[in-house]
Amino acid sequence: MSKLTLIGGITAAGQKLNITISGNKISELTIDTPVAGNEILDITGSLIIPGLVDLHTHLREPGKEDAENVESGSRAAVKGGYTAISAMPNTDPVADTAGVVEQVFSLGKAAGLCDVFPIGAVTQGQRGGQLAEILAMAQSAAKVRMFSDDGHCVFDPLVMRRALEYVKMFDGVIAQHAQDPRLTIDAQMNEGEISAKLGLKGWPAVAEEAIIARDILLTDHVQSRLHICHVTTAGGVELIRWAKSRGINVTAEVTPHHLLLTDDLAESYDPIYKVNPPLRNVRDVEALREGLADGTIDIVATDHAPHPTESKECEWQAASFGMIGLETALSVVVKTMISSKLMNWNDLVDRMAIAPARIGGYAEQGKEFALGNFANITVVNPNKTWIVNKDASMSKSRNTPFHGLELPGVITDVFFNGARVLQDEKVIGKI
Amino acid sequence: MNRHLLSINDLTYEDAVLILDTAAELAKISDAPVKKLPTLRGRTVVNLFFEDSTRTRISFEAAAKRLSADVINFSAKGSSLSKGESLKDTALTLQAMGADAVIIRHGASGAPARLADQQWMTGSVINAGDGTHEHPTQALLDAFTIRKHLRPGQKDLSGLKVAIVGDVLHSRVARSNVLLLHKLGAIVTLVAPPTLLPVGVESWPVEIAFGLDLVVAKSDVVMMLRIQRERMADLFFPSEREYSRQFGLNGDRLKMMQPTALVMHPGPMNRGLEISADSADSLQSVIVEQVANGVSVRMAVLYLLLGGSPLSAENSKVLSDKVVI
Repeated sequence: MSKLTLIGGITAAGQKLNITISGNKISELTIDTPVAGNEILDITGSLIIPGLVDLHTHLREPGKEDAENVESGSRAAVKGGYTAISAMPNTDPVADTAGVVEQVFSLGKAAGLCDVFPIGAVTQGQRGGQLAEILAMAQSAAKVRMFSDDGHCVFDPLVMRRALEYVKMFDGVIAQHAQDPRLTIDAQMNEGEISAKLGLKGWPAVAEEAIIARDILLTDHVQSRLHICHVTTAGGVELIRWAKSRGINVTAEVTPHHLLLTDDLAESYDPIYKVNPPLRNVRDVEALREGLADGTIDIVATDHAPHPTESKECEWQAASFGMIGLETALSVVVKTMISSKLMNWNDLVDRMAIAPARIGGYAEQGKEFALGNFANITVVNPNKTWIVNKDASMSKSRNTPFHGLELPGVITDVFFNGARVLQDEKVIGKI
Repeated sequence: MNRHLLSINDLTYEDAVLILDTAAELAKISDAPVKKLPTLRGRTVVNLFFEDSTRTRISFEAAAKRLSADVINFSAKGSSLSKGESLKDTALTLQAMGADAVIIRHGASGAPARLADQQWMTGSVINAGDGTHEHPTQALLDAFTIRKHLRPGQKDLSGLKVAIVGDVLHSRVARSNVLLLHKLGAIVTLVAPPTLLPVGVESWPVEIAFGLDLVVAKSDVVMMLRIQRERMADLFFPSEREYSRQFGLNGDRLKMMQPTALVMHPGPMNRGLEISADSADSLQSVIVEQVANGVSVRMAVLYLLLGGSPLSAENSKVLSDKVVI
């Protein structure tokens, strides 16, 4: 078995560490120069961190393969330093049966670039009525643990209650897209000064916060586990902080774009900034950053949402909601959280690898480096910067709001189960 | 002046005054036997209307024709948004036809901005009403009408009290008027139930009143907005009767108005709902005149965006001479 040793790397905690990979696992960890005879990769000056884990990815397969498929999404993930991603179920057909989740799971295996864990729909067709066959998905080869109607809110409180109760059978979790649909009919952007001026229909913060509050209380009542997708408001952060102080089992995510961008960008009417939930104001962004730093918000999730060009090259109201984000996530978090000294690299590893793997139940992902663990490793040069170029994206889609922006942190290499899937910033094909 | 007119924010104070002054000069054309100037001969102006609006379209068409432009009417109704040809392809088509200016009416807020910003076409873009965003030429013609009556011979509308009454939330006319009237020194009061005011209105340079009785006596201008009956179904107000009682301009309120004060409405009116027939047809009503002034103001906008230099004193004289001919 060939052995490869990464030398000169520094861990998130700031320690020198040489890692030897044998086959798919970590076989040796040393501080000194490793045993001669191994193949050597000198990464002096770079950080070595566990492969990142995303709990919120739209891969569009089956059904919308012009925007993305499992393979292209996996390539984008690898480029962004991820070794595990989670496919949201809003495909066509919806991933609400064991058959569809197993299909997505096997497509991920076939692509072989990172782990692809399907998320199952909570309700049949994501229509919010009848529960989907959650147990069948949990017991399928995909072993689904997280369920979400993402893109739609599980609005009916009784349906939400039953879903929360039902997933207790296997320590599952309901990931809620918190959006009161009655308060957000035809909503286009954050409701406030900017929407008033632009004449775009508002998406009020209370439509998110009301659902978060309700679901926290339901979760407490039935003693289950809740995950709040893409929190965007200061009030939402406050509610989650309160829930955690009461010991309620709720976790939450924030997206990189909500950590950096604000609703005034809509003044251009360029739908590249149209996303659901919408970009909020500076006060919200500050609250989200604080919440992520103090652990109220557990993780960063990308909500990578690819759309074909024509879905964004049009009027704002006609455009699709969403932004791609796998390739820029780490750099945006470095810019917003580390460059601003709100977090250190240890915190980043927790929010982007360890905590997401724990919430998703991904046993082999998001682990500290230890002998015998699967070698899921991302190598980052923290001192280099890069300029986002939408046309260089690994995704099939180009809808990044960060085009032309200079960002810190260049991911040079990624090892997925020991295989070097990113080599000198280039995605290498299948294992 | 900016190449496009997408929002009143595209205009400086000086630009706005220049448009009104130019419109005043050009208005003389309308009174001449030959209602035509050669200024835009050989230029192509496209009326791109994604929404039905005969009155705005013919107003722009008359304005362009009086300046001798070639006018193409491109009715894209029904092809807006998800259906039919994309805005981009329409723009590329117009560019290929060599449009010097595109006057666009669209149901989606910001559609004119998309047309202007995407470099799909090189001509000027004039917003003739976009969704619930703005309708800048309507505001200009309203300001022109107010200035003519209440501030003749002066540059702006300093100190005038203007009440804008009705569905501010969904009104592009209201948004443009708030910006322009404020720019020209008027004091604006929005009169509407809180359900028909946008969240964020606190940041606008206006006062707010929740009933017409509170402001009608002290206003120099009462500008009524069209209220759409279907708003009731969306819970914005309980009934037409209740709305009309609190916010309608009826005969009693007309009597409370100052004798010199103006009644305005951008049309089309719902007689009996937001405005009674006797108010609409009163001596104080300038509603019909607003329509006539619309042509002059739109001529001025086309003239200044496409013709280039402002009317100098000399040009103005030439113009006056021509009018005499």
